[in-house]
Amino acid sequence: MNNLLILPLLIPLSAAALLLLFKNNVPVQRRLSLLSVLATLAAAVALLYQVRTAGIQTLYMGAWMPPYGIVFTADMLAALLVLVTAIVALGCLLFSFGTVGEQRERSYYYSFFQFLLVGVNGSFLTGDLFNLFVCFEVMLISSYALIVLGGTKRQLRETLKYIMINILSSTLFVAAVAYLYGVIGTLNMADLSVRIAESGQGGILNVIAVLFMIVFSLKAGLFLFFWLPGSYSAPPAAVSALFGALLTKVGVYALLRTFTLMFYHDPGVTHSWLAGMAAATMLLGGLGAIAYSDVQRIMNYNVIVSVGFLVLGLAAASHAALDGVVFYLLHDMIAKALLFILGGLLIRIAGTNKLAEMGGLIRQHPALGWMFFLAALSIAGIPPLSGFPGKLLIVQGALEQQYYWLTGLSLLSSLIVLYSLVRLFMGAFWGEAKPQAKAEAKPSFAMYASAAGLTALMLLIGFGAEWVYAFVSDAGNTLANPDIYIQAVMKE
Amino acid sequence: MELYMSLAIGVLFAVGVYLMLNKSLLRIILGTTLLTHGVHLLLLTMSRLKTGAPPLLSEAAEHYVDPLPQALILTSIVISFGVTSFFFVLAYKAYQKLGTDDMEQLKGDNDE
Repeated sequence: MNNLLILPLLIPLSAAALLLLFKNNVPVQRRLSLLSVLATLAAAVALLYQVRTAGIQTLYMGAWMPPYGIVFTADMLAALLVLVTAIVALGCLLFSFGTVGEQRERSYYYSFFQFLLVGVNGSFLTGDLFNLFVCFEVMLISSYALIVLGGTKRQLRETLKYIMINILSSTLFVAAVAYLYGVIGTLNMADLSVRIAESGQGGILNVIAVLFMIVFSLKAGLFLFFWLPGSYSAPPAAVSALFGALLTKVGVYALLRTFTLMFYHDPGVTHSWLAGMAAATMLLGGLGAIAYSDVQRIMNYNVIVSVGFLVLGLAAASHAALDGVVFYLLHDMIAKALLFILGGLLIRIAGTNKLAEMGGLIRQHPALGWMFFLAALSIAGIPPLSGFPGKLLIVQGALEQQYYWLTGLSLLSSLIVLYSLVRLFMGAFWGEAKPQAKAEAKPSFAMYASAAGLTALMLLIGFGAEWVYAFVSDAGNTLANPDIYIQAVMKE
Repeated sequence: MELYMSLAIGVLFAVGVYLMLNKSLLRIILGTTLLTHGVHLLLLTMSRLKTGAPPLLSEAAEHYVDPLPQALILTSIVISFGVTSFFFVLAYKAYQKLGTDDMEQLKGDNDE
């Protein structure tokens, strides 16, 4: 029992409720939401410290023992993800201050922001399948509001599609929960894992596993990503950064939990499906990333490629590969937030999102240019930077499983990612300066500060990889040995 | 009993999917509501429709029906209620601003 576990939910939840009272007082809203994110960050650090020193932490809601009550569980993976969520949220919040505009800020923008954090943190920490569904909905309903806030034509059009896809996938989620409850008769993840192991996974349980795979793939943008490129270009840059860094990664986390904790007995069926979908995702995402010359589209397809890469590690499912997935997941959340923030600044400075109309920006904005360059190298996985250790471990794990074609494809996708981002860098920052017709005011210090902070963190993760790996291998160990998780939850 | 319920749920799913593949936005929303009806009935059915008293201890019966799916359905109903009302208002707003409810005409272009 550890009440610290609930703080990453309670702090943003109370902040979101309080923020509803200060509709027209923007300075108070900003301070309150900043305070809330900082407090969440502190709680996440404390939680990580406890998990590191005392093992997996659990909280039984209302002291009902599992499997009867709802249990919140923080293993190393969940604690790390909550911490990175808080960091990303801080970066996006600082970036929001100058960029989302007063109109949106007066329309409960910060409340929705905090509710989104509640949903994301809840999804990471919950140990109950139906509670996961509820946390998903908290996250998704806030994201509907954030994506449409402002109400431009493009936002309205894209939100209709986004909401439709998500209603469908949520419906399928409930259907999958219903089938699983009908077959197994419990909804607690640890208890599910035990009972699935007892009854032997085959036949109907494989079908349910594939149904869960479809549900979470729709959320994560794994193969079923057709909704993502359009939806993520609609909202303002700060919101896209939040979405690109957090929303798809919650889907990846759900896939990780489902296929390492519950449905890991028949990898010939489930994991080979995952591998095939990962390959298709990397290939199609890579094609999208080089096909467009629109800054937002290029960034959106890069989100998709990295989801494919992460799921390749999950499909390989060896200890090394799972370590790699955790490392790459942490890196990718930070790197994607940074990429979208830099891309947002770029579009703001150039006054357009078309690559062909940009050029020569390095002379006026050297700091932005070099940060973008570093981010591009890091996402591609160039050695001293943070993308490298995760990719190395995933490739190593995939080779151990003799996935030679898939490994080759994943390396090719890294090359494509590098090409697409360097093309963006060269097109926007090198060459002749083009006349900037409708460029907005020069970005303020606060906007640069969030980008610089995330860049520094990315460098820190890259150079201090060994120190980070100590945490990551603990998380990977729990994923590779589900018994550790089950023992921690069901111990009493 | 479970067989007949399954058939009815299957019909709800089929009609819901058909409506969701329509061009008209209103039909799509109706399709999503049919799908959620189907899935709620599925939750009820999957917990076996055996006879028993309602889950109230004051009934003092020998057998009760399973109380858990009822709680799950109640949760899911209010969530889909919230989402559906948001979807309706969004469709109304989109109709006002974009002047069409035909999904074919809601394709993205970058010149705005």
